Amino acid sequence: MSALIETVGVTKAYGDFVALDGVTLSVADGETVAIVGPNGAGKTTLVNVLTGLLKPNEGVVRFKGEDIAGIGPVKLAQRGMARAFQLVHIFPALTVAETIAVAVVSQAGRSLSLFGSLRRDAALWTKVRDVAAIFGLDTKLDAEARLLSQGEKKLLDIASAFALVPEVILLDEPTSGVSSGDKHGIMKTLVDAARRAGVKAIILVEHDMDLVAEYSTRIVALQGGKVLADRVPGEFFSDPELIASVIGKRVDKFAAREGAR
Amino acid sequence: MSAPRSRVALVSFVVATIAVLAVFPKFAEPYYVTLVLPAFAYAIALLGFNLLFGTAGLLSFGHALFVAIGAYAAAVLTSKLGVRSFEAIVAIAGIVSVIAAIPVAMLAVRYVRIFFGILTLAFGMLFHSFLFKFYNLTGGDTGIRVLRPTLLGQDWKELDKTAFLIGPFYYACLVLALVLGLAMWRIVHSPFGLHLAAIRENSRKAEYLGVRVRTFRLIAFLISAFYGAIGGAILAVNTGQADPELAYWTHSGELVFMTVLGGFANFFGPLVGAFAFIFLKSELMGATQYWRFFLGATLAVIVIAFPRGLMGLASDAWKKATRR
Repeated sequence: MSALIETVGVTKAYGDFVALDGVTLSVADGETVAIVGPNGAGKTTLVNVLTGLLKPNEGVVRFKGEDIAGIGPVKLAQRGMARAFQLVHIFPALTVAETIAVAVVSQAGRSLSLFGSLRRDAALWTKVRDVAAIFGLDTKLDAEARLLSQGEKKLLDIASAFALVPEVILLDEPTSGVSSGDKHGIMKTLVDAARRAGVKAIILVEHDMDLVAEYSTRIVALQGGKVLADRVPGEFFSDPELIASVIGKRVDKFAAREGAR
Repeated sequence: MSAPRSRVALVSFVVATIAVLAVFPKFAEPYYVTLVLPAFAYAIALLGFNLLFGTAGLLSFGHALFVAIGAYAAAVLTSKLGVRSFEAIVAIAGIVSVIAAIPVAMLAVRYVRIFFGILTLAFGMLFHSFLFKFYNLTGGDTGIRVLRPTLLGQDWKELDKTAFLIGPFYYACLVLALVLGLAMWRIVHSPFGLHLAAIRENSRKAEYLGVRVRTFRLIAFLISAFYGAIGGAILAVNTGQADPELAYWTHSGELVFMTVLGGFANFFGPLVGAFAFIFLKSELMGATQYWRFFLGATLAVIVIAFPRGLMGLASDAWKKATRR
């Protein structure tokens, strides 16, 4: 399997503080890679490097074999990587349909069509409805985003990222701010949607180890800016020391959960 | 994707307004007809201004700069270069304004909110002092005369000044306003317009959906400069003069006033605002020497009580009426 995304020896420092220290990892077609680690481990910096927002001081970051260091969000979207943020990002006054249409228009490369009619573009609205349906938002197409529930806003945020038809999607704590009862539901929707949309790989930053255990195919643990471990879930969760250092304290609930199955 | 009924209502409303404007000179007193000319001019300028403000979310406090460029373009073309064709004046004024706007826009779109506003204000003031101080070039405080243009090659020599303005020139402006209004309607409702709205609502999110935020702000700025100059050219022909007051910051403030008065969230708001402002100002000036006080009070009331402006009031009334 060839790597879709890879970093080789990526180092990023802010003054004296080294946020990432020689990080090497790769994500291949078909994988769902979870990035875990305690606060300050460098997760956010790594995500920003992977999405071309930050340029590393040393090392390379490649997407589909091309250097993407510091290319910025617009080119990233054009090349086929989408990102959803930890905090919900919506267009408050735009409707659900319009929000998704923003992405469909960019993906089609039609954003400079100054005099084209949006309303009469049937193909556009068909795509918009298809994406909305995957996320269960097809009954709310004409609702303004600001009037949706928190969970629906989250889904809309991610739906618009999916509408870019990305090859890789980076989900930064997709279930943060969602009640724990809804977390599995949202994760399941996302993973199913990714499969239906033809997304090749998912990078997931997540604190909730239940979700990591259930949905990832590989886990990359960061600590102090270095890769502490890069393992499949089975190996990862059978190492209590590793789990303890990743979540900052020793918890036996994983063992209990596994036992309960 | 608006409901068909509201669309029918909208089209009927627009057609009725055009019909009223078309027959207005036949029935109204010439004085009121001459008031419609600056209203046309501001309506056109504000269509551009509101692409920047209402659609893209950038409030320019120096937009009179482009209105003044249009006025001076008309003055220089007619008085100094012997170009009398109104069509050529409009086209050249628009193009000159876009060229002048490029450096301003390239700097200004790097900023948002108050910083964008202050930067545009600063450029407006710079241009005002240039017009004021470079006497040989600009005529200083007296400005430059604007000679009567020809319309489609016709010079209308048999008509006196007022008859020309409220006759052929009125209809030329009406047609121009319709064409430019239709073009702006298309722009606002195009994929480009949707991306501008996305930038207004959340520029960070827009970027991650592949929207080129700065480039699009720049294009919107240039389009608004184009519209501003055409409005300015009409104003100048109407008064027969281009003077530095057109670029003064209070004039930029009036543009903001008209837009807020009509309602910046609605496509027709600025157009309604332009007409309301011109007629309100004229009535107040005729009634009292304290007209500025009443104009200020009106603005305060609008902002506090009706932040969505006259069109906001109208659309609420419409919704109420159709709910039954």
